[in-house]
Amino acid sequence: MSNIEQKSIDLATQEVLKKAKEENIQTAWDRLELQQPQCGFGQLGLCCTVCDMGPCRIDPFGEGAKEGVCGANADTIAARNLARKIAVGASAHSDHGRDVAHTLSLLSEGHAHDYGILDVEKLKVLAQEFGIDINKPKEQIAKELSKKLLEEFGKQEGELTFLKRAPKKRQQIWKKSGVTPRGIDREVVELLHTTTMGVDNDYKNLITTGMRCALSDGWGGSMIATDVQDIILGSPQPIRGKVNLGVLKENYVNIVVHGHEPVLSEMAVKASQDPELLKLAKSLGAEGINLAGICCTANEVLMRHGIAVAGNFLQQELAVITGAVEVMMVDVQCIMPALQEVASCFHTKLVTTSPKARFPGVIHVEFESKKAYEVAKQIIRLGVENFANRKKDRVNIPKQEMDLVAGFTKEVVFQILGGRYRATYKPLNEAIISGRLRGLAGVVGCNNPKQTHDYFHTTLVKELIKNDILVLQTGCSAIACAKQGLLIPEAAKVYAGGGLQEICEAVGIPPVLHLGSCVDNSRILTAASYIIEEGGLGEDLSDIPAAGCAPEWMSEKAITIGFYFVASGVYTVFGASPFATVGSQNLTDYLTSGLEGIVGGRFEFCDDPLKMAELMIAHIDKKRKALNLKPVMYEK
Amino acid sequence: MKQLYYDVDKCLGCKSCEIACALAHSLTEELFKAIKEEKLSLPRKKVLFSQGKNYPVSCRHCQEPKCQDACMAHALTFNQEKGMVLHDESRCVGCWMCVMVCPYGAVRPNTKTKIPLRCDKCKDKDEPSCVKACPTGAIIWQEEVVANK
Repeated sequence: MSNIEQKSIDLATQEVLKKAKEENIQTAWDRLELQQPQCGFGQLGLCCTVCDMGPCRIDPFGEGAKEGVCGANADTIAARNLARKIAVGASAHSDHGRDVAHTLSLLSEGHAHDYGILDVEKLKVLAQEFGIDINKPKEQIAKELSKKLLEEFGKQEGELTFLKRAPKKRQQIWKKSGVTPRGIDREVVELLHTTTMGVDNDYKNLITTGMRCALSDGWGGSMIATDVQDIILGSPQPIRGKVNLGVLKENYVNIVVHGHEPVLSEMAVKASQDPELLKLAKSLGAEGINLAGICCTANEVLMRHGIAVAGNFLQQELAVITGAVEVMMVDVQCIMPALQEVASCFHTKLVTTSPKARFPGVIHVEFESKKAYEVAKQIIRLGVENFANRKKDRVNIPKQEMDLVAGFTKEVVFQILGGRYRATYKPLNEAIISGRLRGLAGVVGCNNPKQTHDYFHTTLVKELIKNDILVLQTGCSAIACAKQGLLIPEAAKVYAGGGLQEICEAVGIPPVLHLGSCVDNSRILTAASYIIEEGGLGEDLSDIPAAGCAPEWMSEKAITIGFYFVASGVYTVFGASPFATVGSQNLTDYLTSGLEGIVGGRFEFCDDPLKMAELMIAHIDKKRKALNLKPVMYEK
Repeated sequence: MKQLYYDVDKCLGCKSCEIACALAHSLTEELFKAIKEEKLSLPRKKVLFSQGKNYPVSCRHCQEPKCQDACMAHALTFNQEKGMVLHDESRCVGCWMCVMVCPYGAVRPNTKTKIPLRCDKCKDKDEPSCVKACPTGAIIWQEEVVANK
């Protein structure tokens, strides 16, 4: 395997990496090399920077210090470090949720006139969950609902409203183990409090507080983000799209939207079709305006409009290195600081839009919900005007692009399986009960240059579908598999096992379903709750023959997602490196085995995609056995 | 003959060299596994702090080593060709005299194995692991410079 093949299995990525090398442009892979070897204390979770008596380190070889200055041992230090990461991950998703709920509030008061209430049905369903009378104008419902939703963040007593979506038994498990989240902000603050010097020293208790915080993200902040986005931007429907760097077009103005919150990118979609801007683009010699996405913003505009996806996390710099991007518009999360340097090698203008995420010296056009379209138009105009500055001899757009189908939500799955008029999960449950399907797997998460880019995602997913496991995906993982052609219905014939093939053919779905962005992992939680409600597969989420995995994770958000899945009873495998807890045997054991007896789910760390698949299949088989289900129909 | 040199103004005291040293002498040479080996590998280099500066300390491989003179078992010999003090572990009786006489405090006792821990310049590798591990370039691996007399 050549050096470039070790970096990525994706041909488009390999091609641009070659160009980067020729032109001496650094990418994440080069910077990873410069970081070698990475700090052993950091990898083991044995470095504590909590207070100024430190920084302290525990000697992993047992010869030197066994405690920090304050007396914290390896267990406490590793657990506190991990807990802080959970809090940060939850903050990111939940702050996103808050912004979306705030937009709904502005909209209901007539201040965010560029948005509308596009899914009235969903608005009403949510309103009813919050006990709001729905016999009134939709604006009034939206006003009351947004108030209730925003209150979820500052709630001090009681519990989060969406927890009621979970099966009764799950709610009891949460209560019994003390992880029922109260208010979203409260859980984050409380977790951070417990990690400061001299508060919680019990690694198990730190993880309990951590799980409560993570649940406030999964069943709180993220769920609010997903559901309110569906209300104000429209609920996704299955839609065809294209993916990979080949979607950038040579003769068009290329605008790349990158980040996470779709409220602005949604407006960018509209503005890219603005007649005035199109006219300007043509007058400057472009054939039109081509919008493409990176990361979760890409998934959001893909799900709702079929906008092409330029790539996943590790391709953000590469999109710029094609030399064909006029503007890269970014908001929050997963935006590499390196983009500024890479963009400076080309004519590309990097434009920041969030007051929370700025780069020194980079063009900043601040987004406001009240004048969303105007802001989007201003940014697209920057791109159109920049087309003239593109250096044609420096443009190299790889040819690779692949078709995909996205836009599967928990509501859509109902309809596809049961038909629009008798929407039901019954066929799905029955497929699992009869053994046509072995089970379900959620494969999600980031990219990490420590592993061959996209290799873990695609190898794992191929193995799972081969074994009749229907795979649900979000985020950069979905993009990875889409690029390898796993998200088209035809993929079933090539890769899926006999049972999954039959289902895909019968209802016309791909064997791998794209459920959206990372906050849309909340869709998986709700879908799983529907499965239990439908009956036949146990009483609790942990009874379902299912498993989760983040094969190429890197972000703190992934840790939080992992924790809300585990705390919801899901067996969850993490690839890349394990959490930085290996320096504490007690904590690592607790995560990988102790938790199962408490919340029904547990972590597993594994650095081989085929082994991951094996572990997940074994877990699914264990759950099938516990439910006394029939043997799998097409066992190999 | 290459030797280890240090630019102590660059040393931040991160102890990455210590971890790299222990790993290089472990069975698996993999961090997550090495810390669980039955006979733990220990670093032959230690970062010591004195008067506001950090000093990575390991065997200087003296040409006239005091430890060689002190070793009653004749386990230590200075090898002119390799430019290093060789330690024949099979002869070592663990008396710690070498530890006592080292003017640099660079030889450490391993009380579990009863054999002193001393730098072997990572003899099986292209260059000592501590050199690669140092994030600031404070550890320098270069040809010996003979001081002007």
